[in-house]
Amino acid sequence: MYETHYHRASSIDQAASLFAQGSDAKYLSGGQTLIPVMKQRLAAPSDVIDLAKIPDMIGVEVSGDTATIKAATTYYDIAASRELNAAIPALCHLTSMIGDPAVRYRGTIGGSIANNDPAADYPAAVLALNATVKTNKRDIAADDFFQGLFSTALDEGEIITAVSFPIPEKAGYAKFRHPASRFALTGVFVAKLKSGEVRVAATGAAQDGVMRVPQIEEALKANWSADTLASIGVSSDGLISDIHGKPDYRANLIKVMAQRAVAVAG
Amino acid sequence: MTTVQLTVNGKAVSANVEDRTLLVHLLRDHLNLTGTHVGCDTSQCGACIVHIDGRAVKSCTTLVGQIDGANVTTIEGIATGDQLHPMQAAFRDNHGLQCGYCTPGMIMSAIDIVQRHGGKLDEKTVREELEGNICRCTGYHNIVKSVLDAAARMSTAAAAE
Amino acid sequence: MGVEGIGASVKRKEDKRFITGKGRYVDDIKVVGATHAHFVRSPHAHARIKGIDISAAEKMPGVVAILTGQQLVDDKIGNLICGWAVFSKDGSPMKMGAYPAMAPEIVRHVGQAAAVVIAETKNQARDAAEAVAITYEELPAAADIKAAIAPGAPQLHPEAPGNIVYDWELGDQAAVDAAFAKAANVVKMDIVNNRLAPNAMEPRAAIAQYDEADDHFTLHTTSQNPHVARLVLSAFYNIAPENKLRVIAPDVGGGFGSKIFIYPEEMVCLWASKKVGRPVRWTGDRSEAFLTDAHGRDHLSTAELAFDGDNRILGLRVKTYANFGAYMSLFSSSVPTYLYATLLSGQYNIPAIHAEVIGVYTNTVPVDAYRGAGRPEASFLIERMMETSARQLKVDPAELRRKNFVSTFPHQTPVIMAYDIGDFNASLDAALKAIDYAGFPARKAEAKKNGKLRGLGFSCYIEACGIAPSKAVGSLGAGVGLWESAEIRVNPVGTVEVLTGSHSHGQGHETTFCQLIAERLGVPIDQVSVIHGDTDKVQFGMGTYGSRSLAVGGSAIVKAMEKIEAKAKKIAAHQMEASEADIVIENGELKVAGTDKAMAFANVALAAYTAHNLPDGMEPGLKESAFYDPSNFTFPAGTYICELEVDSDTGKTEFVNFVAADDFGRLINPMIVEGQVHGGLTQGIGQALLEGAVYDANGQLVTASFMDYAMPRADDVPSYQLQHTTTLCPGNPLGVKGCGEAGAIGASAAVINAITDAIGNNNLTMPATPDRVWHAIHGQA
Repeated sequence: MYETHYHRASSIDQAASLFAQGSDAKYLSGGQTLIPVMKQRLAAPSDVIDLAKIPDMIGVEVSGDTATIKAATTYYDIAASRELNAAIPALCHLTSMIGDPAVRYRGTIGGSIANNDPAADYPAAVLALNATVKTNKRDIAADDFFQGLFSTALDEGEIITAVSFPIPEKAGYAKFRHPASRFALTGVFVAKLKSGEVRVAATGAAQDGVMRVPQIEEALKANWSADTLASIGVSSDGLISDIHGKPDYRANLIKVMAQRAVAVAG
Repeated sequence: MTTVQLTVNGKAVSANVEDRTLLVHLLRDHLNLTGTHVGCDTSQCGACIVHIDGRAVKSCTTLVGQIDGANVTTIEGIATGDQLHPMQAAFRDNHGLQCGYCTPGMIMSAIDIVQRHGGKLDEKTVREELEGNICRCTGYHNIVKSVLDAAARMSTAAAAE
Repeated sequence: MGVEGIGASVKRKEDKRFITGKGRYVDDIKVVGATHAHFVRSPHAHARIKGIDISAAEKMPGVVAILTGQQLVDDKIGNLICGWAVFSKDGSPMKMGAYPAMAPEIVRHVGQAAAVVIAETKNQARDAAEAVAITYEELPAAADIKAAIAPGAPQLHPEAPGNIVYDWELGDQAAVDAAFAKAANVVKMDIVNNRLAPNAMEPRAAIAQYDEADDHFTLHTTSQNPHVARLVLSAFYNIAPENKLRVIAPDVGGGFGSKIFIYPEEMVCLWASKKVGRPVRWTGDRSEAFLTDAHGRDHLSTAELAFDGDNRILGLRVKTYANFGAYMSLFSSSVPTYLYATLLSGQYNIPAIHAEVIGVYTNTVPVDAYRGAGRPEASFLIERMMETSARQLKVDPAELRRKNFVSTFPHQTPVIMAYDIGDFNASLDAALKAIDYAGFPARKAEAKKNGKLRGLGFSCYIEACGIAPSKAVGSLGAGVGLWESAEIRVNPVGTVEVLTGSHSHGQGHETTFCQLIAERLGVPIDQVSVIHGDTDKVQFGMGTYGSRSLAVGGSAIVKAMEKIEAKAKKIAAHQMEASEADIVIENGELKVAGTDKAMAFANVALAAYTAHNLPDGMEPGLKESAFYDPSNFTFPAGTYICELEVDSDTGKTEFVNFVAADDFGRLINPMIVEGQVHGGLTQGIGQALLEGAVYDANGQLVTASFMDYAMPRADDVPSYQLQHTTTLCPGNPLGVKGCGEAGAIGASAAVINAITDAIGNNNLTMPATPDRVWHAIHGQA
């Protein structure tokens, strides 16, 4: 790791101001992605601004039709949240499968979404649940937020403060783990929103990162059942090809994981 | 440079180190606590796991600044005098280690698993929860046995208190 | 057996320090004034070094020195060696290019060192290493066997035209041709043995210290065989004569073969320590381990089995291409030849075998011994062939094997090995019973109802351990003898030190070897210490690999103990005024048989050192040593049966049961033996399902971290059902055979045989990833 300057922010405003002062600053939350990347010298921030101890950025709130997870809440605390388990169990289930227990103690939802790793789990949930990403400047709709590989709608210095999830009628997540990294080789989040809208998002499969799967959405809108999907053939265009999965295999996994997610969602 | 105050294995520690210092290097290079190991550079093998404020985390993926003020427990800090922690004893009794390199991280991780699950542990859960710890020697068979054995000992001990 | 003697599952003595964080691995050792080395490595698979500009780097903070490959040449430091001479079938010696520790001119694999920066701190060394500017002229690369042997392929070394190191053969080609000519059935298949990264959890490390006053070097390093390291560093690399070089391998965090070899980094640290006049330390990280630790396996083979009308094997024909990487590593030449082709007979009566092995240079890291070393490749080949044959001949795979088992011993195979003893039916029967073979069809049908494809696969492996005797291996080209040494020092108070030339890096020598003493001399194991891994303490030794420690190293201890016993009996007889022939050793006492006269062993020891009353002419003291050279290899063997289910929607494999029935001869510590089996099985399963070191066509390592190279995790593998059958090895005084590699040798074939049984498609390459299995199920390659 290159030398850097570490700052612990005590408020969102202070964090933004520290960021502005650095020549090439980066926000640090759980550090479970940024620190390994820095160790490999693939990132060399002049300053790292730690958001993890900002009180306003920690906690899960469920009220009415919305579950809000503040950005620096750890995976462990999200997965363990009773309120969230009652509201959107699929989100807790997804969270309990991220990384490993030690990673879950420190990794945060804000960090995951801001990084937008093409194989991360949260982007699938955010997109499928039509969540709103709240920042220190604005609200960003999920459909606008993810903009391809490690790329998001966030401006320079903008801080995700929370993610707000509409509580769906039904939702489910199924993940097929990458044999080595244990990220999603393909993960599919299915949701039937209270508006009646059906949204399905797949992670790990596509070259551009998380994606919606319109074909499956339409089929499930017509008939919410795993069996409906049996005859669907998902296109392998634009899907990742690597030693762990060819595009046709990932296309198959999108279908199979969608079926399993529907089965879990009930 | 950054100055941090920590409690490490019950002792107050103050260190002035480069901001890029990872907890594992503070422990190994500055505090001479070499029981915590480094087995990979991608935060996957778990040889570096210690407890920070009671939670098992990867010390190779933690900048010291992040844990200023925290309570750190390492493998050197879990026995009580000559009395091994039940997890240490279980690893020995069940031959849960061979070369010993992954063992400190395994033990620290396993204690956390038992603390989270109490006596309700089964083999499948232990195997799933050891996802962040890689061992090349034991094939995990006896590690799983050790953790289940320790879980029983720890719940018995807890019940007796 | 006593509670601490042979056959007792004694808890390990070494564990206390490991479970309390007090192990002493190389990187744990503090050395005052040490500098840190960081290597500048090639990003290219094949390139010519046009220039190295250190002007910016040498001005970086903390830089002590920057050294290059040319300086090694200037200092007349030798190139790395390959220690086993193998000859091609035309009689010509193997064709090797030079293997410099740092490339002076041409780099031949990604990660090869071209320079080293020595600095005050690790970070400073790494910072400065990035500032070393090397200008490369990229050359075309040959990243795998097929690319390297293709017409017009890039040439790695001028010494090896066509990138062929050797074209070697074993066996009687004419006899095999005759066997095939009269065959009723022939089974032929192509078999890939995938390339693996060893990944001991402790990365390699070195601390080199030069003492100018005595012109003496000390090297702490992660070695499985410190004496061999010292020998090679002295005799071939000109670092220092052996008496001026001490090599210490303290606690070592796993080896699996990868820490046998003498690598560039350790050698460069030693050389640099004198140049800079300060200790130099280096600890590799995992990325460096992937790029520079010798990989294992990597064979492409074609095999043919000929059967008569009664399904008896008539002959086996094998042609194998073995990838050696860019340079010939220390043991590499022997692995696909004398450790592979010699085991191709498996557990079977095969009247005629012919094997041709072509060793190939590629622009990849060197390939050398990895747990099993040649024997897993042989076992996988013959056991895939047997299962495939059973399917083609439409006979039960267990019965086809049984029909062809070697059943009388000793048995001379057509490929050098003479099996001394075994009972292959016994291990097969034990495994069949444990897996409930008779109930399998019903279980398979039940699984089918639940939408799962269930399969069962066999592997009846045999291996050769304790490679020996020295005279024989010497005649086959080995550069060293393969004996072992032991020294037993009985102290005046009766405590014992055992000095052994073998080395423990997880195998539990500190316990097992004490049990040998407890059994024979009755000394409690807490009064016995095992000393190993230090060339200043142990006179010489060959180290630990090839499952040799107990069969060879343990036998050396027995031989030394026999001398101790003989002298102790003489002393006791003299002191008790009895006949030496009447003295027996029981429970730590030397007794006069048939009387109540006895002397504690400790009192005999004391008498030996006070020397007040010894037999005339006897030297004082009680210390003996022995060198033991076995008369033959040992032949552990067994049957593994794997039962699993495949999810046809995802191609994912789940284990239902895994039975391992092994014959290791006598077990000294069954707990430790079983631990060795568990670990080996997991490495075999890892090879079958998860692991594969993959280079792309440009020679870049695709699987360069645990993010891409799938290591077996706890939830990838089952708990194992172990069985033991026993035939005592007649070739050594303990009757032991060795257990360290069996699992890795036998497991992978059982897994692949089970998956291919489940999915009904025999065309499946390791690692059988879900992607590959799914494609195999759905009829695509």
